Amino acid sequence: MLSKKQLFVRGMFDVSPHMLSVVPFGIICGAIGVELGFSPYLVYGMSIIIFGGASQIVFLQLLSGGASSLIAVASVGIINSRHLLYGAVLSEYLDKLSFIKKLFISYIVVDQAFAESAKFFKNNKSETNLHYHLIGTGSTLWICWQIATLSGIILGSFVPDELGLKFAIPLTFIAIVVQDLKKLDHVIVMLVCGISSLLFFNAPLKSYIIISPIIALFVAFLILRIKK
Amino acid sequence: MTWLSITIAGLLTYFTRMAMIALVSREMLNDRFKEVLAYVPSAVFPAIIFPAIFINDYGIFVEINDPKIFASMIAIIVGYFTKNIIATILTGLISYWLFIFFIFS
Repeated sequence: MLSKKQLFVRGMFDVSPHMLSVVPFGIICGAIGVELGFSPYLVYGMSIIIFGGASQIVFLQLLSGGASSLIAVASVGIINSRHLLYGAVLSEYLDKLSFIKKLFISYIVVDQAFAESAKFFKNNKSETNLHYHLIGTGSTLWICWQIATLSGIILGSFVPDELGLKFAIPLTFIAIVVQDLKKLDHVIVMLVCGISSLLFFNAPLKSYIIISPIIALFVAFLILRIKK
Repeated sequence: MTWLSITIAGLLTYFTRMAMIALVSREMLNDRFKEVLAYVPSAVFPAIIFPAIFINDYGIFVEINDPKIFASMIAIIVGYFTKNIIATILTGLISYWLFIFFIFS
């Protein structure tokens, strides 16, 4: 049985490799916001209020491109709606927490925190206080995201554009799903999701980001029916 | 006005994170749905991966010999065998740089 502190540290440790992509991406996000002409306070405020990587850039790009606030807000909501799925997965393990604790812990459920903690939860079902792992992954990401966006805002894009560091984002997510390529059912689900995302890329309000998971999960549902 | 929009976008984002954890209890979900949830990472992350590789900044499909495609394949192979996140990201990035700075330049 691991102590709360051990779980927390384990969470920090499990998520830290992703900082290789989160930190440069945060710097780019901060720098882009200022370049688009928004006040530094506003650009940074988003890192605390929204705390959602790509959705922050999309929001500012839409506004600076002349889109209405309604469109910008709706796009953020749609891009981030994938968190509903993360919550559904995590709820099994967070069921015993008090309502207040659930409200607090929800704030730090971001992509990589979900990915690493859900994996840990699945392999360590017998542990109590599992949520400390999620606090470890989520708060590590939160702190690094704040520092990274802030340095991008203050220093500008000191990471040269030519390096194409945005490419680190797909690489982080490849690292998360790559082991599931061993299972044929998962490969099918991944391909369905990926191909759908390309087909629906031009759907309004960036909705491809939730349309393709829904299609892929429906395929997963069919696979489960066939298996039985 | 922009601050108001950010606040609403933030509340909306927070709601997407909180709703299933705090408002929906486990018993409200049926068993089939719970089984399907095991596929969430495989069903969500490719929607971030594929467009980032195959579609460029201008919303156009890249060529079939784009350096990002080759670099991703290398990252997938390295990730598959090493099971190491740092190795996956670094080999992906370094091979991408080799492609764009030396081979395709």
